[in-house]
Amino acid sequence: MRHKTQSVLSVQGVTKRFDGLVAVSKMSFHVAAQEMVGVIGPNGSGKTTMMNLISGVYTPSEGGISLHGRQISNLPPQHICREGIGRTFQLVRLLPGLTVLENVKAGAVFGHKRRWGRDADQFALEMLERVGLEGQSHAPISTLTYIDQKRVELARVLAGEPEVLLLDEWLAGLNPTELETGIQLIHDLRDEGRTVVMVEHVMDAIRSLCDRCVVMSSGTKIAEGTPEEVLSDKEVIKAYLGDDNA
Amino acid sequence: MQIIDILISGLLLSGTYALVAMGLNLQYGVARIMNLANGEVLVFGSLAAFWLYTSSQISPLLTILIVIPISFIGNLLIYNLLLAPLVRRSKSRGALEVDSILATFGMSFILIGIMTSIEGGFFAYKYLSEPIQILGSTTSLSRLVAFLIATLIALVLYLWLNKTRSGVAVRAVSVSTEAAGLVGINVPRLSAVAFAIGGAVTAVGGALISTFITLDASIGVVFTLKALIIVIMGGVGEIRGAIIAAIILGIVETTVATLVDPGLTLAAAYFIFVLILLFRPQGLFGRRNT
Amino acid sequence: MKASTVQELIIAAILAFLAALWPLVVDIYWLGIGVDVMMYVALATSWVLFSGPTHYISLATAAFFGIGGFLVGSGMSDYEASFWSMAALSACVGAVLAALIGLATLRLSGVYFVIFTLGLAEMIRNLVSWIQNNFLGSRGLYVFTDFTDKHLYWMLLGVAVAVYLLGWIISRSRLGFALRIIGGDETVARHVGIDTATVKVILFTTTGFFAALVGAIIAPRWSYIEPNQVFSPQLSFFVVIMALLGGAGRLWGPVVGVIPFLLIWNWVDTNFPNQSILVLGIAFLVIVYFLPHGVVGRLEQLRIWSRTLK
Repeated sequence: MRHKTQSVLSVQGVTKRFDGLVAVSKMSFHVAAQEMVGVIGPNGSGKTTMMNLISGVYTPSEGGISLHGRQISNLPPQHICREGIGRTFQLVRLLPGLTVLENVKAGAVFGHKRRWGRDADQFALEMLERVGLEGQSHAPISTLTYIDQKRVELARVLAGEPEVLLLDEWLAGLNPTELETGIQLIHDLRDEGRTVVMVEHVMDAIRSLCDRCVVMSSGTKIAEGTPEEVLSDKEVIKAYLGDDNA
Repeated sequence: MQIIDILISGLLLSGTYALVAMGLNLQYGVARIMNLANGEVLVFGSLAAFWLYTSSQISPLLTILIVIPISFIGNLLIYNLLLAPLVRRSKSRGALEVDSILATFGMSFILIGIMTSIEGGFFAYKYLSEPIQILGSTTSLSRLVAFLIATLIALVLYLWLNKTRSGVAVRAVSVSTEAAGLVGINVPRLSAVAFAIGGAVTAVGGALISTFITLDASIGVVFTLKALIIVIMGGVGEIRGAIIAAIILGIVETTVATLVDPGLTLAAAYFIFVLILLFRPQGLFGRRNT
Repeated sequence: MKASTVQELIIAAILAFLAALWPLVVDIYWLGIGVDVMMYVALATSWVLFSGPTHYISLATAAFFGIGGFLVGSGMSDYEASFWSMAALSACVGAVLAALIGLATLRLSGVYFVIFTLGLAEMIRNLVSWIQNNFLGSRGLYVFTDFTDKHLYWMLLGVAVAVYLLGWIISRSRLGFALRIIGGDETVARHVGIDTATVKVILFTTTGFFAALVGAIIAPRWSYIEPNQVFSPQLSFFVVIMALLGGAGRLWGPVVGVIPFLLIWNWVDTNFPNQSILVLGIAFLVIVYFLPHGVVGRLEQLRIWSRTLK
């Protein structure tokens, strides 16, 4: 099915059931090239499940997900990565026992560019610089602060040169100073013209970064539009704060 | 008729298998300990029954009453002294599994060593071995009694897990240790108790099985394997699943032993295991995780 | 497992050369011990190749080893095949079996794999006995060759060197990097594009290959192959304990573990033959609790610690 918009990533009628529990129900949205789309909603609304569906951790029970028109819903994570989708995790996942540089290099070696040797090392260093961690390449990851750990993970994702970036609550758990740095980093990603889907709770970030927002509640989409439109929508306010506040 | 013989025999055997599998379910599903020494605990129960019967004429059924508290305390000590430190030091569930596998593996040798010094050879005895008729098929009374007692204990376990507060707490821990902790359940203490009960149940299974099977100190691993296969086939933590899986294994094993060769029962269990791995690794009733 | 260095390779080459001289300078008794050591070094190193980085504990060594011994025994006495052809066949059968086991279990969590390998040797022994009794007729598996302990020693040394070399090459390749990532976090491994199941199966196949080859090579030593002997679970446990004692984090960890363990075991078996199994269990526990990364791991910890003091 061809779409009129230049959508890079297409989620069409996706439903995900876990033994009777419906986590995601008939979700549809599209992400156009170079767009930054925010996926927001109260806790338990199925946002991370949605991320897991896109990155291949889960397979949809119904519906499909496509990248440039190609169905990716049934592919395992390693194939989806090679297709060009990279993601960060809600709780940072770094590789213990490997140095910072090796952690970043991991993203470059097995992706669709398959770098190796000096080329991979060099590229990993460049990614570390991009996220502001130059000079840390041989630090053991146990000594890193939380924001630095997140930066390493981001560098690893960038090292895979992904077409679409999935950021799963990347700004969560940061103190005010770290948050500023983090938002600035994502700003830079935006300026580079990257295509990003971000699940977030930090509303300031959503407002300043996203072109469009998709709001989820109890597994379904309840609103879609610009951040201003969506954040003043009655249904959205009701979902977050309850009936009395709408 | 041979089919009836096989079915009855297999069903009676599965009663004891189901009991042992329930013990392992408590240890793995709740306490998260992959206990490779499970079979040795079973043999310990058998040895106790054998020893008390041959030396003091004490009926294995009475021995069960002695075995329960002793193995409960023994397993509790094992958990608190040897396994709890591993739980505390493990950084991830995967690391805990590797550590508990190695630790219980080592424990199994220690148990084998202790048992070999008590009774180095094979041990068997005759208790309630009079033949009886069930639906036209001949079997021994001991097998029927073992089946009935196993069923009784399984029923008690089932009622405890589903109708009492402590039982519900145990089931909560098997679903999620974090969530259980958040609602005020003392997860470490409950894990220890679950592990101890699991061990006690397994030892009882051993005492029961010794009334109709010849054992020796080194046969534990075969029972560990079969219990593990039943637990996985039924779905970790699933009681109903363990019962059905035990019945399947009991009947398949008896079929192979009767129609092909009694030395191939382990191979029969493996055959089932491979099918599970290929087609339904989460087990019959298990939930699929990622 | 960290990537091995050229320095390590040079040291390994020197050690291998020195080891090759062993049969020329010692008497029969020490040569016999040397054969044991070489056998376990080969087995433990090939074990570490797979189980070290992935943390999937394989208890299947005896299964492959037994197949090697059994095929050589059966091929030579029942079918008049040559030793070399049966040894080659054993290695291939070992590899194929490992691949099949890997395909069945390595897509899943490590627990399934450990359980599968736990009873594997026992189960194959049962199968082999059954086949032997019902289809092969002859009960006697005799292996008559001209090989002396000297030849066996050098053959096993060759296998040990080959395993080490393979491990060295892998650790510096993409495959080795993928392995380390899998051992770090398998979800991350998949998300960076690694086909985790395939990588694990490939590595496990090498373990099966070499374990079966070792089993085939050592068969002439016994002259008569008894299934109970070649499929002995004790072998699997020894291999694991030696590898863990030395340290599964380094390719040469097992070498460090084999010799001390064999010496201690010989002493225990001679002086306390009835308690040897008990000792085995206690040794296991000591390693799990006090030497989780083996002797090598402890030494490295001490080295880092002493460095921070400076």
